[in-house]
Amino acid sequence: MIETLLEPLGFAFFQKGLLVATLSGALLGFIGVYIVLRGMSYIGHGLSHAIFGGYAATQLFAAQFYVLGAGLWGIASAIAITTVARRSRIGADAAIGVVTTASFALGVALFSKFGSSGPAFDQALFGSILGITNSQIMWLVAVCALTGLIVFFRYRALLFTTFDPDVAAASGVKVARIEALLMVMLSLSILVTLTIIGVTLVAAMLVIPAVIARMLTDSFGRMLAISTVTGSACGLAGMYLSYYAGVPSGTMIVLVGAVVFLVVLGISGVRGRRRAAGLDQHSDPRPRVAA
Amino acid sequence: MTSPDTLIHLEHVSAGYGHDTVVHDVTLDIDAGTFAGIVGPSGAGKTTLLKVLLSTLRPQHGTVTRSPALRVAYVPQLETVDWNFPVTVGECVLMGRTERHLGAPSDRHTRSAWRPWPWPSSAERAAAAELLGRLGISDLTDRHIRELSGGQQQRMFLARALVRQPQVLLLDEPTSGVDVNTRHDVLHLLADLHDEGVAIVLTTHDLNGMAAHLPHLICINRHVVAVGTPEQVITPAVLEETFGAQLEVLQHLGMPVVVDIARLGA
Repeated sequence: MIETLLEPLGFAFFQKGLLVATLSGALLGFIGVYIVLRGMSYIGHGLSHAIFGGYAATQLFAAQFYVLGAGLWGIASAIAITTVARRSRIGADAAIGVVTTASFALGVALFSKFGSSGPAFDQALFGSILGITNSQIMWLVAVCALTGLIVFFRYRALLFTTFDPDVAAASGVKVARIEALLMVMLSLSILVTLTIIGVTLVAAMLVIPAVIARMLTDSFGRMLAISTVTGSACGLAGMYLSYYAGVPSGTMIVLVGAVVFLVVLGISGVRGRRRAAGLDQHSDPRPRVAA
Repeated sequence: MTSPDTLIHLEHVSAGYGHDTVVHDVTLDIDAGTFAGIVGPSGAGKTTLLKVLLSTLRPQHGTVTRSPALRVAYVPQLETVDWNFPVTVGECVLMGRTERHLGAPSDRHTRSAWRPWPWPSSAERAAAAELLGRLGISDLTDRHIRELSGGQQQRMFLARALVRQPQVLLLDEPTSGVDVNTRHDVLHLLADLHDEGVAIVLTTHDLNGMAAHLPHLICINRHVVAVGTPEQVITPAVLEETFGAQLEVLQHLGMPVVVDIARLGA
């Protein structure tokens, strides 16, 4: 047993992979609480696909700047989605569908046309532990630290805005600024976890740990803690299983998350199901306007 | 500003959403002694007017003037939030202290220096506990918000508003969806707060249970129909213009009681 755990640690690539997977799981689990409670799971899904477009484009033209390129692309998409959803008569779901799938399609087109649809392509889609660079680790650590600091210092404003934006605004919270901050944190989180979890699977890791945590507690503070720990545990376990099963890391991390979800669903019983049942009631990210 | 006591002054304000104007040409003063009810039917613009007073809705025309550094607190209608959201009563009340530097300089609870970290200071915990005790729900601090009755949820929102030490308290339909006893308690609590110097403005469509007990009423139906004491404005003429229905007004124990003749006859 111990040997099973220790053996892959002999490889530098696995050490890096394990660190990155654990941190990624924690980061997505942490930020996912806000995303899930705001009914924005679909935005997470859409944004990861949108960022793929930016990733593909910068891979072709200036691969070393892919973090910058995809990051700007992601933040621009996030702003485009919220603006379209808020200003126009197009529903938020439709706006996300158009903006992000178009960006994803562009990414696929760029990859297939200009040839690099090898490992880089699969890695971006499903995640990989191979070829993690030190700069990727640095970016991930930086975003984890930044997200932690932002939530630490703006904890109540983020909570108030998520729970009741109208009253938060009436109480002097700069709601639009807090929402923009959240979208930037989400974009950055997706960006730095993209290569390890994979574009198509990032959304799952935003949602699964948060839903598991919701089933286990009625307190917001505890939900944040449980979701973060669950996410990092899924990352850690998923990485080991990925090594032994020879399956892409993102795939295995998500599968571990799904198994934990089923187990918690079983043991938390009726109460857990009732707690999780309300999560999709606010699938509309636009601010509620009561006449 | 019309007087130094004026906290919020609306001057010929029209407001609404998009191209729709919901309320027209409202001129209104909220001062330290205000204890007023905004009365009108559904769609009359009661909530819209509250949003203008809260400054969360910019008027389409006219001006809103607030006294500098005014502390305003808001109690929304119960059905506007997701009661399945994972917060405990204690966590919810402390949301009222999100912008923490706003305390009155004379108050020992709020004076403590602004602390950036997420958990509450002992002074904040004490302030929240004191309010929950005053509202009679201190044993519910660690409960999830969904486990509360309508009356208890209303008290929790009141605690969240009062923990801000407001100068003006605005409430949207504070007695809809609560039982008679809670309505009675809320009225008494608001009267006490008013005596302590908090300006209070609430909306209601409940004429007999709520409006008749308030010292000052503003009757609106997309514009201000009448302003005055219940004796002055709870009259058949004003009520017909406000509600568009013929209502009879009786006197009972020195208070006006509104009777819907049409409905009685039916």
